[in-house]
Amino acid sequence: MTGDEESPDAPASAPVDLHRRRFLLAGAAGIAGTAGAAMAVHDGALGKPPQTIHGDMPWAAGSADSPPGASGSDYRYFRAAELAFIEAAVARLIPDDEVGPGAVQAGVPFFIDRQLDGPYGRGDHFYLGGPWPKGTPQQGYQSRFTPAQLYRAAIEAIDKYVASEFSGTSFAKLRPEEQDTVLRGLESGSIALDGGVDAKMFFAMLLQNTKEGYFSDPIYGGNRDMGGWKMIGFPGAHYDYLEWVERYGERVPYPPVSLKGRPGWRKV
Amino acid sequence: MTKTLKPVDVVLVGFGWSGAIMGQQLCDAGLEVLALERGPWRDTPTDFATGFAQDELRYMWRHHLFQNLTYDTLTIRNKVSEEALPMRRLGSFLLGTGVGSGGVHWNAQIWRFLPTDFMTKSHNQKRYGKRAVTEGNLTVQDWGITYEELEPYYNQFDLLCGTSGKAGNLKGTIQPGGNPFEGPRSMEYPTPPLKQTYGPTLFGKAAGELGRHPFPHPTGNLSQAYTNPLGAQLGACTYCGFCEKFGCGNYSKASPQTTVLPYLLRKQNFTLKTECEVLKVELTPDKKRATGVTYVNSAGEEFFQPAEIVILSAYVLHNVRLLLLSGIGVPYDPHTGDGVVGKNYAYQTMSSVNVFFDDKIINPFIGAGAHATVIDDFNGDNFDHGGLGFIGGAYIAGMITGGRPIEMIYTPQGTPDWGLQWKRAAAKNYLRSFNLSIHGSSMSTRSNYLSLDPTYRDGHGNPMLRMTFDFSENDLKMSDYLTDRASEVARAMNPREIKANRRSRPWSVVPYQTTHNTGGAIMGGSPKDSVINKYLQVWDVPNVFSMGAGAFPQNAGYNPTATVAALAYHSAHEMLTRYLKQPGPLVQA
Repeated sequence: MTGDEESPDAPASAPVDLHRRRFLLAGAAGIAGTAGAAMAVHDGALGKPPQTIHGDMPWAAGSADSPPGASGSDYRYFRAAELAFIEAAVARLIPDDEVGPGAVQAGVPFFIDRQLDGPYGRGDHFYLGGPWPKGTPQQGYQSRFTPAQLYRAAIEAIDKYVASEFSGTSFAKLRPEEQDTVLRGLESGSIALDGGVDAKMFFAMLLQNTKEGYFSDPIYGGNRDMGGWKMIGFPGAHYDYLEWVERYGERVPYPPVSLKGRPGWRKV
Repeated sequence: MTKTLKPVDVVLVGFGWSGAIMGQQLCDAGLEVLALERGPWRDTPTDFATGFAQDELRYMWRHHLFQNLTYDTLTIRNKVSEEALPMRRLGSFLLGTGVGSGGVHWNAQIWRFLPTDFMTKSHNQKRYGKRAVTEGNLTVQDWGITYEELEPYYNQFDLLCGTSGKAGNLKGTIQPGGNPFEGPRSMEYPTPPLKQTYGPTLFGKAAGELGRHPFPHPTGNLSQAYTNPLGAQLGACTYCGFCEKFGCGNYSKASPQTTVLPYLLRKQNFTLKTECEVLKVELTPDKKRATGVTYVNSAGEEFFQPAEIVILSAYVLHNVRLLLLSGIGVPYDPHTGDGVVGKNYAYQTMSSVNVFFDDKIINPFIGAGAHATVIDDFNGDNFDHGGLGFIGGAYIAGMITGGRPIEMIYTPQGTPDWGLQWKRAAAKNYLRSFNLSIHGSSMSTRSNYLSLDPTYRDGHGNPMLRMTFDFSENDLKMSDYLTDRASEVARAMNPREIKANRRSRPWSVVPYQTTHNTGGAIMGGSPKDSVINKYLQVWDVPNVFSMGAGAFPQNAGYNPTATVAALAYHSAHEMLTRYLKQPGPLVQA
């Protein structure tokens, strides 16, 4: 619908159309002047164009908001030293064993790389404006860093800490038990990091992103071969369980399925 | 340069459940209605179609349907003496945005508050004495409306949604299979209850053996196909387990999209503008009448939209902020107790008990937003609080909303959060565990309130909302007592072990709890202690109506949406039958 705007020059006290007021039997509308203070312009990148919907449902071809996914196999965000840290760290957070794949085997480093290279890494959906006091634990994430910036700063600060505490080496070269000790120190906050990095906050983000990479749909580059889902018995993006609702105690036999199907479907 | 638009009869600020209901009611009466929604258009086939709806990462963890905090969030603190800092990342609650808003990604848990919940102050004072409603700085109030007055409007929402459930009290007669503690209903639910999977069934059996009164959770996840009075059709829920925090691709969850919009959007006297954020309600110089609203669209253009009636139908926190930014009503001051806008902010006191079996396959991925067997024996004043030292209560639900693995893997007490031990515990317990949810009330206190932040501003340069909140002594005692009652039921299921996750102070914004924020624009019997009257009409500016859970003087132990909807229908009824004939205060102060 267009043409609903009055001229900007119309007097602010223009009489209201009497016809439209047939339901409003009393009460004069003195229209106040509305010149608010000049507003900061809305960041257009956040919003779609304004839309006026009138008279019907606004369905349009080609407008489905399908998921972004990840493609390729190259690393786009992590530098070599950072990747070494990430591979070593996530291998301790979810180690490989006979129960199921480890985080490295499940593709978690690649998943995190693509997340940091995308909107999440840029702080999409985060508020990052200042000022930036430290805050209480209850106030949650309090940093000026986007997730991508936090990873960069934190990995550098952790390797610096490791170099000073473990005679010049890096986290990736520590023995697994030593790596666990460092990770526990980050988790509890007992290790203080340089570079304005809150160790606990970074650890919480790393652990969360690791589990995301292990259990999210494979379209995002982790959960390789749906190994995370197979390990626990989650059937994935399965759409209809109606026939199983009252089959108490039975194992649902379906192998997991991703948003893009499952490998078995491609066999002829 | 602000452009002035052609006047409309009614402008709706925000277009979720309240906006959709008010739009439909007022358009059917012939009024010209314009809805302004600051988020985007959203609908089932384009935004959460079955082919890509079941995506835990995107919707839950990347917040795809939730409010983007980049240019507007709120600030938070636990107490008045602290400095509030911005909520930089959603956590404790997941704010909605866009058409349908929280009505898109809610669980569709449909509850009526108890008759006594509307008289929190007078009822509890009468039964337990004055200290019960004041000790610990409680500031609970009566609502100024009764269950009996709202009952027909609860029905209206049930008919809109096709709510699946079993009545426990029909016109005063207790019905087998339903909730015997509920207020009298004048009609049965439109559709029968959802069938229950193994976990909730085990819960119901154990609760019954303990002498409790289990019943299926009432829900807008429909048990069978349904056509509502507006002609909208819903299908049977398939238990896909991606319901709350997600949009339903299956037209099985009641939402503005599935129940109202296909009807409302085809009406010639209705217009919806998306990506249009209202910055202020404009008032006449004497501040006694609203002339319309000023809004800015995503292109940065600013408009003045004149309207005869302004309806604030955004989320609680946005409505309260808009009242404060517009200079409507006197802001609340926690030091003096004076003022009303922002007063009695409350939340929900959640806790849980995880149950682990060795010998039972639970299949937690077979779930729905309100798929649960529930007991209401310890909610509200359904039990004697004598000597307990608290008022209020909770329902306890053996509930399986889904088994989404990033969020919902339960591990036994003492399991680390990572490493081999965690991994093996996850693999061992995922299929054999589920959760009891304890959904507790939140009593308002003198120091929990909403105000404008002195430091942080949004992308338009306006002060952000500031939330000051912590759990009260009353509510923590309640939650402990209820968690013990839930643990009894959990043990009676004969599991290998259980894990009680108690609620403690201080409130943290980090872990998800629930998006049931209430109060701040509360209703009541007098302008001295409330912002709006029982018709949701602002005492000070009678052509402004403030919808939503902001009206709750404190929060009951139930999900709020049905009460929000019933209040909207009640308000619409009064607008159409009385206000339009004689605009002005519907209740004399």
